[in-house]
Amino acid sequence: MVASSPNDAFVAFEHVQKSYDGVQLVVKDLNLAIGKGEFLTMLGPSGSGKTTCLMMLAGFETATNGEIKLDGVNINEVPPHKRGIGMVFQNYALFPHMTVGENLAFPLEVRGMGKSERDAKVKRALDMVQMGEFANRRPAQLSGGQQQRIALARALVFDPSLVLMDEPLGALDKQLREHMQYEIKRLHESLGITVVYVTHDQGEALTMSDRVAVFNDGRIQQLASPSDLYERPDNSFVAQFIGENNKLPGTIESINGDHCTVRLANGEVIDATPVNVSEKGAQTLVSIRPERVEFKTEMMPEGAHTIDAEVMEFIYMGDLFRTRLRVAGSDEFVIKSRNTMGQRMLRPGEKIKIGWAPQDARALDPM
Amino acid sequence: MADLAANDPVLLTTSDGRPLQEALAQAQSKAKWRAFMLVAPLLAFILITFVSPIVQVLHQSVYNPKFSENMPQISAWFDQNPNGTEPDEAAYTALVADLVAAGAAKTVAVAGERVNYEMPGTRSLFTKAGREAKKLQPPFMESLTKLDENWASPELWGVMRRVSHAYTGDFYLAAVDLERSPTGSIQQVPENERVYVNLFVRTFALSAAITFMCLLIGYPVAFLLAALPMRYASLLMIMVLLPFWTSLLVRTTAWMVLLQGQGVVNSLLVWAGIIAEDQRLVMINNLMGTMIAMTHILLPFMILPLYSVMKPIPPSYVRAARSLGATSWTAFRRVYLPQTIPGIGAGGLLVFILSVGYYITPALVGGASGQLISNLIAFHVNKSNNWSLAAALATILLASILLLYWLYDKLVGIDKLKLG
Ligand SMILES: Nc1ncnc2c1ncn2[C@@H]1O[C@H](COP(=O)(O)OP(=O)(O)OP(=O)(O)O)[C@@H](O)[C@H]1O
Ligand SMILES: [Mg+2]
Repeated sequence: MVASSPNDAFVAFEHVQKSYDGVQLVVKDLNLAIGKGEFLTMLGPSGSGKTTCLMMLAGFETATNGEIKLDGVNINEVPPHKRGIGMVFQNYALFPHMTVGENLAFPLEVRGMGKSERDAKVKRALDMVQMGEFANRRPAQLSGGQQQRIALARALVFDPSLVLMDEPLGALDKQLREHMQYEIKRLHESLGITVVYVTHDQGEALTMSDRVAVFNDGRIQQLASPSDLYERPDNSFVAQFIGENNKLPGTIESINGDHCTVRLANGEVIDATPVNVSEKGAQTLVSIRPERVEFKTEMMPEGAHTIDAEVMEFIYMGDLFRTRLRVAGSDEFVIKSRNTMGQRMLRPGEKIKIGWAPQDARALDPM
Repeated sequence: MADLAANDPVLLTTSDGRPLQEALAQAQSKAKWRAFMLVAPLLAFILITFVSPIVQVLHQSVYNPKFSENMPQISAWFDQNPNGTEPDEAAYTALVADLVAAGAAKTVAVAGERVNYEMPGTRSLFTKAGREAKKLQPPFMESLTKLDENWASPELWGVMRRVSHAYTGDFYLAAVDLERSPTGSIQQVPENERVYVNLFVRTFALSAAITFMCLLIGYPVAFLLAALPMRYASLLMIMVLLPFWTSLLVRTTAWMVLLQGQGVVNSLLVWAGIIAEDQRLVMINNLMGTMIAMTHILLPFMILPLYSVMKPIPPSYVRAARSLGATSWTAFRRVYLPQTIPGIGAGGLLVFILSVGYYITPALVGGASGQLISNLIAFHVNKSNNWSLAAALATILLASILLLYWLYDKLVGIDKLKLG
């Protein structure tokens, strides 16, 4: 499912660049191979070029440089209506002057399909999103979630093998969004389609995708499975962007294969795994997930360095305890502990020692 | 709860026992009164300056007392004697008495004018009789016909009988090239006197053509306006609005300069070798000149409503259509165009209504063949002094526009009209 090389990719971006104004590159050397049947999410902050990439793939923007291939064929010059790519827009873009049924029949009609076949397909697509009774309504008479389903059904009704979705759930409330995430995932699996999905929401990206491409500043910062992205971020941007993260700036004290020690600003030394630092004395930012920090000495890994911390704030969150600590002069350090039997509740002002397994602390670029 | 109230008209009361509706009306009456007082000046303004002139025009088209007021005695004789009665000595006596009185009051020409509308060439008959009548001796039948034998003409008496009623539908007949025969039946006027029906047809056809041209030219411009980035769009908008900032007269005369035989357009065509020197096109003082100038002048009225419906249409609709497999033409026809219909309707109606009543431009560049019905209305108001006929023509114009409006409502729906 996951394309490893551009050759067996279903969709491939090869050295794609894009500039709108000839002054600034919005997309800088994009290389991306998407396998058939894959669910790939483009995640990134606003303005990072996600929509631009999607629009180039759909054919509404032309790549300034580079090649975009679909099923091995260069589609740079193919007009949008000949690409056969389904697309779900952020504002749904349901045609307001047509009923739901007419909206769904539109792609079939322009393909010259006969009426009876059309009706059968429309009905099937509506049933697929559980909207069978709404064929005669106008889009304006539907709720946001219903419109979303119709937009989805319309993008799927002509059996495209590739579907693009640009923040399709952005306008829905949390509960509906989670429900629709599930629906989209279910459709993806049952239909075997390839999905390229754009979102702001990292939770959405992590739960739905086979792989996530994290965009920033017109480049893919990391392309990896959700678990790799969370547990093994390649650089500080990804570590910061995905999930909650503690960062400790320092310099490399010693480096030895896949283990290094880092001296923090206040002179304390910690353990870490070097990721994109290679030499002694280099500046680094060590990233540790809050749930991987240990404060009970008996649980600490053998020989791990520990550092001093002072409890600033303790928040009871039900299943979790969230504790904010002052570590190495900064009081932004957060740890999370599960509310298990006999778990300690730390009190503000308490002095503790914290530590972690070296593989959980990643020495990344200093940003 | 809502169902209950709807099905069962239980009288709801306030806590102190007053009926709820009464309490509500009382609570709101002050606010309503205040709101009414706020709009009252405008209401009065509209009533005085807009509604009342229209009502007057409507009235004038069926009411013309020029004859009946100034010739009361003969009018009374017509009332007493049924149609077909030969005018007797009593009739002539009444007529001469009226002529004497009207002659003294210097209103005989007014009465004569009214008869003259129906029977051209009779005005002088009345003015002459007005001068001479006081010298006539009975029997008046003889002396008046001796003064001018036309006074015995049965046609004249027929016309006088008809105009002796202040209320009449004759002006509407005249406005559609019909007349009453001496026997009272309705017939078409002689071939060479038929002008109005042709002129109505020409006015509506030309207005339709102008509306179509405006749509043809205005639609792409409005689209550009809506699609271009802001700074180019505002520049283009200024160019669209520029005509509004120059006087109508200036614009029309500019077209005269451009279109005349030795004008810019012809000279360019000759210079480019498209036409020969002796083939210069006649584009002014005819229908074509009227059409070109009016299309230009009315164009903003088409562009602005179109722009206002196009601006909020997000580009994602057309993109969605394209991604669903539609060619750009299909996407335009099936998705974009239907969403701009309210603008087309509003712009079309606006341009059509304005051009149906347009006056200055056809008067200046229309020549003889480019005159429209409004020019004739102006002629009857300013020159021939036949206000009732002008009013009837104007009323027909108004009625046909209301008809058009009704038709539009039936076909497209007035609620879909979007003027801005
Ligand atoms: N049509 C355009 N003309 C000029 N610049 C554009 C255009 N569309 C996007 N840009 C610029 O390109 C950059 C990337 O925009 P893009 O829409 O791809 O971002 P995005 O990642 O989708 O952001 P968001 O999450 O906010 O939707 C932005 O800086 C934006 O200003
Ligand atoms: Mg976007």
